[in-house]
Amino acid sequence: MSLIEITEVRKSYGENEVLKGINLDVEPGEVIAIIGKSGSGKSTLLRCINGLETISKGSISVAGAQLHDDEVHLKALRLKIGMIFQQFNLFPHLTVGGNVMLSQMVVKKTAKPEAEKMARRMLERVGLEQKFDAYPDELSGGQQQRVAIARALAMQPMALLCDEITSALDPELVAEVLAVVRELAAEGMTLLMVTHEMKFARDVCSRVVFMYQGRVHEIGRPEDVFANPQTPELKQFLGLH
Amino acid sequence: MIEFTIWDILRNLLLATRWTIVLSLVSFIGGGIVGLVLLFLRVSKRQWSRSLAKYYIELFQGTPLLMQLFIAFFGLGLFGIDVPAWLAAGLALIFWSAAFLGEIWRGCVEAIAKGQWEAAASLGMGRLQQMRYVILPQAMKIAVPPTVGFSVQVIKGTALTSIIGFVELSKAGTVVTNATFQPFTVYGLVALIYFALCWPLSWSSQILERKLNVAHRNY
Repeated sequence: MSLIEITEVRKSYGENEVLKGINLDVEPGEVIAIIGKSGSGKSTLLRCINGLETISKGSISVAGAQLHDDEVHLKALRLKIGMIFQQFNLFPHLTVGGNVMLSQMVVKKTAKPEAEKMARRMLERVGLEQKFDAYPDELSGGQQQRVAIARALAMQPMALLCDEITSALDPELVAEVLAVVRELAAEGMTLLMVTHEMKFARDVCSRVVFMYQGRVHEIGRPEDVFANPQTPELKQFLGLH
Repeated sequence: MIEFTIWDILRNLLLATRWTIVLSLVSFIGGGIVGLVLLFLRVSKRQWSRSLAKYYIELFQGTPLLMQLFIAFFGLGLFGIDVPAWLAAGLALIFWSAAFLGEIWRGCVEAIAKGQWEAAASLGMGRLQQMRYVILPQAMKIAVPPTVGFSVQVIKGTALTSIIGFVELSKAGTVVTNATFQPFTVYGLVALIYFALCWPLSWSSQILERKLNVAHRNY
């Protein structure tokens, strides 16, 4: 059984259909890059997977947890899958440690000492254990994004969704975040990332999904997709980069 | 004819000021509690609850407080319910304050970036947990200055309850005037007492606004 099963997913905003029947199965340990022009539906697809957007038709399941639009089902699903955002979305009123501990304590009811231990371990994993007591606004963008990764990891998800996680970063900060992601991939974490980092997608990903006008237009191993694009749309898209 | 000293007048006014203060506190605290309920209804995902809160707020913001006092005082009497002035005054002011506080706080909650809700949601928090642990702590910071500012409106609002016979500062002013025939002195003192109550609040609201802005943590 696949870890993430996306079946015939459609999503419309009023008249405008942004996802037109998406099928995608993700195996455990796969690292998938979703590429495509803006407006092709790639971020929407990612946001549908953990229920931030409701789907109009079709079904999504993560490790057997079905996506339904009620709090019990959503919570069960979101415990299995973490998400990292373009704008980091750290909680500015909490310290770095507080950010990583909050959901463990509130959602999983983990006792504070254990939550703190976990938080320190995850922060060490992203190389920021010394920032435990700092506030998010005292960190650089790259550091904030690494905290966001630690915060997601502390919930011990089976997969991570990464929504353009380096797009809001200064160029010199992109590498430190990608290094963390690369390490996660090497450790066998299942990753689904919308990205514009083509080189990274080529080096790290097991499959690349090219989305075009709300459909999966091409899909395959990165060496095939990048070296031998089949459709004129993908050729044009890669030409732009 | 009896001569009244300034002290006689002031003493009586100050005694009545207690009731202005009690009524203000009751209205503000009660209004805060009902206002919090309104806030949750207003930012809920359910359409009916949002509409309910919206109509409540529009009704209470769209009619004069004086009418609300009359309706609470005389209206309930029509149904055979005997409402004492203090109860009518308290209820009307609580529901009136709630409408304004609920709306002030909704603005503060909506000022928090949508990404904060989404991050909390994607970590598995339910709607109430997102509100309690992520949104409200941030919104409260923005809410302090306008909330303190509104408390001044509440204090001044209590003056209207004199019309339904609740003896607070304004009503006491009228009573004392009728006894002393010194309206300027009496109402002048009444105004000074109101000012002494309200000014520290307005002032602290301004200070808080400046302070919280400096400390505002944001990226």
